[in-house]
Amino acid sequence: MVGDELRSGLVAHIEAGYHDGFRVRAPLAIPSGQTVALLGPNAAGKSTVVAALAGLLPLVSGRIELHGSVLDDPARNTFVPPERRNIGVVFQDYALFPHMSVLENVAFGLRSRGIARDIVRERAEKWMATLDLGEIARQKPGDLSGGQAQRVALARALVIEPELLLLDEPLSAIDVGRRSSLRRRLHEYLESFDGPRLLITHDPTDAFLLADDIVVIEGGVITQKGSADEIRLRPRTPYAASVAGANLVSGQAAGGLVNTGEFVLHIADHGVEGPVLAIIRPTAISVHLEEPEGSPRNTWPTRIDLVEHLGDVVRIRTGQPLPLTVEITEEAVQALGVGRGSPVWLSIKATEIIVEPE
Amino acid sequence: MSSRRTERGNTRSSLPIGLVLLALLAVLLFAVPIVGLVLAAPWGDLGGLLSSETVKDALRLSMFSSIAATVVSGVLGVPLAWLIARARFRGIAFVRSLVLLPLVLPPVVGGAALLFALGRNGVLGGPIFSFSGLVLPFSIWGVIVANTFVAMPFLVISVEGAFRNLDRRFEGAAASLGASRWTVFRRVTLPLIWPSLLSGLLLTWARAFGEFGATLTFAGSLPGRTQTLPLAVFVALESDRDLAVAMSLLMVAVALAVLIVLRDRWWGTS
Repeated sequence: MVGDELRSGLVAHIEAGYHDGFRVRAPLAIPSGQTVALLGPNAAGKSTVVAALAGLLPLVSGRIELHGSVLDDPARNTFVPPERRNIGVVFQDYALFPHMSVLENVAFGLRSRGIARDIVRERAEKWMATLDLGEIARQKPGDLSGGQAQRVALARALVIEPELLLLDEPLSAIDVGRRSSLRRRLHEYLESFDGPRLLITHDPTDAFLLADDIVVIEGGVITQKGSADEIRLRPRTPYAASVAGANLVSGQAAGGLVNTGEFVLHIADHGVEGPVLAIIRPTAISVHLEEPEGSPRNTWPTRIDLVEHLGDVVRIRTGQPLPLTVEITEEAVQALGVGRGSPVWLSIKATEIIVEPE
Repeated sequence: MSSRRTERGNTRSSLPIGLVLLALLAVLLFAVPIVGLVLAAPWGDLGGLLSSETVKDALRLSMFSSIAATVVSGVLGVPLAWLIARARFRGIAFVRSLVLLPLVLPPVVGGAALLFALGRNGVLGGPIFSFSGLVLPFSIWGVIVANTFVAMPFLVISVEGAFRNLDRRFEGAAASLGASRWTVFRRVTLPLIWPSLLSGLLLTWARAFGEFGATLTFAGSLPGRTQTLPLAVFVALESDRDLAVAMSLLMVAVALAVLIVLRDRWWGTS
C-alpha cells in the first residue's frame, strides 16, 4: 500500500476499464506540490487513469482519495460526480470548446459555478494575464497555435482553483521545434501550482524534465516507479530500458560549452547560458580504438566499465571523466575487439547533443 | 472535340454509356413534371389566383401547423435522439425502429392509426376528451399531431447521428469544470450539434409542410380549419385546375428554397 497516511495530496488505487475488457490497475500517490509523471507507451491505459481521477469513468474497484476526502469508493458506494470534484484537467489535444472564444473557454468553469458575471470576468482575466492570453481573448480555439491552445487549456483548468491538476499529454500537440521552450514554461506553471500534479506522457524527456517522480505504466499495469535516476539506472522492463537509454548530463552552459564540473562538452547552441541538462542518445556516441581525426568536437579517452549484449545491439557503460551509456552494434564490437576494461576513445558531434535549460 | 477526348481515355468521360443513359432517364423523371407544371401555369392570373381566400387560408394553416409541428418535433425529438444515441439499455434498438417507422409507413396508414388511438373513442383519445373536452381529429391540433407523427423522424435521425459523432471529451471537459449535466447539454452539447439540428429542423418542417395522407385521414380537409395547401391542391384539381397549378408552383418554390438553404450541408459545395 502506498502512502495511506498522506493527508495532503492524492492517494488512489485505481481499477477501472471499458466495456471491451481492458483493465487498468494503478496505485498512485502524489503529495501536494509534487509532479508525478505517468509514463507509458500508447494504449497503456494512461488516459483511463485521467478519466477515472476526473470522475468521467467510475472505478470498478479501488478507491480515490484527495486531501483526505473520498471521491470514489465502489465498495462503500461512494462516487463524487466530475462536476463536484474540483479537479483541473488539461485534456489531450486540449478539448477546448470550439464554439466559444478564448475568454469564454477560460470563464466556463466559473460561470458553471453560478458566480456573478463581473467576478467571473475579473478572475478569468487575471488568469489570462498570468498565462499571457490577453491579446487572443476574443479568438476561437480553431485560430490558435498549439502553444496558445495549451495555455488556454491550462488557464481554463487553473481558474477553478483545483485541488489536483491532471495534464494528459500537454506537449504532444506541439511541434518538436517549439517543444523545449514550451516545456520550460509549463514547468514554471506546474511549480506555481501547489496541489498534487499528475502528468501523463509517452515522452521520456517530458517525464524526466517535468516530474519529481516517474510511474511507468504498460498494458494497464504499473511496472516501475521511482525517481528519474532510479528508472534510468535500474530499468525493470524492456520499455523502461528503452525509455531510460538517454544520457542526461547536468552542467553550466556558456559560449557553446557545457561544463559538468569534471568535463567540458562542446554544443552547437552558442546562445544558451546557465544551468542546463544535456541529453545524449546512446546511439549518437561513437567508439574508437585510437584518437579519432576529423570533425567531432567532443573526443576523449576512457575505459569500458560494463558490457551488456542485447541481441544485435550492445550496451556499453563507460567510465570517468563522463560516464555514459553507449549503444553500438554487435558487429562493431567484434570489429573493435573490445570488452570490459578495454581502453577506448569516444566521440560525439556537437549537433547530436540536445541542451535543455534546467 | 469532346468525343475525341473520350477516345483518348479522359477519366471524366469513362463512365459506361449504359449507366449514363439510365442516369439521364432518372434526371428526366424529375425534370419533366416540373416542366409540365411550369408550362401549365396560368402565368397571367397567378397573382390573382394566389391571393384568393382559399389559398390564403390554406397557406396560413399550412404555415401554422408545419411550424408548430417543427417546434414540437424539436422539443420532443432532440431529447429522444439524445436518448437513442446515448442510452445503453436493451430495447433501445426497438425504440429506434419504432421512431423510424413513420418513414416507411404509408402516411394514410399512420393517419388511420392516429384516428384509432386519438379519436374520440380511441385508446388515448377517449380519456383526453373526457378530461379536457379536446377533440383532436378534424381540428387544427389534429393537423399538428399528424404532421409531427410523419415529420419528427427526420429530425431524430439527423440529430441522433450528430449526438453519436460528437467528441465526448468536450462534455467530459465541461463536467470536470463543474458544469451540471443540464449546463453541459445547454452550453456545450447543443451548440456543437447545432448545424445538424438546424438541417434536421428544416427537413422536418419541409416534410410537415407537404404532409398529405396522414393529415387527410386524421384531420380531414375542412376549408379554413384543416385544409392545408397540399389538401387544397388535391381538391382544386377536381374543380379549378389553374388554382391547383398555382398552389403547386407555390409549393415548388418553397421546396426549392429549403434545398438551397440545405445545399451547403448536404452537397458540401465549397
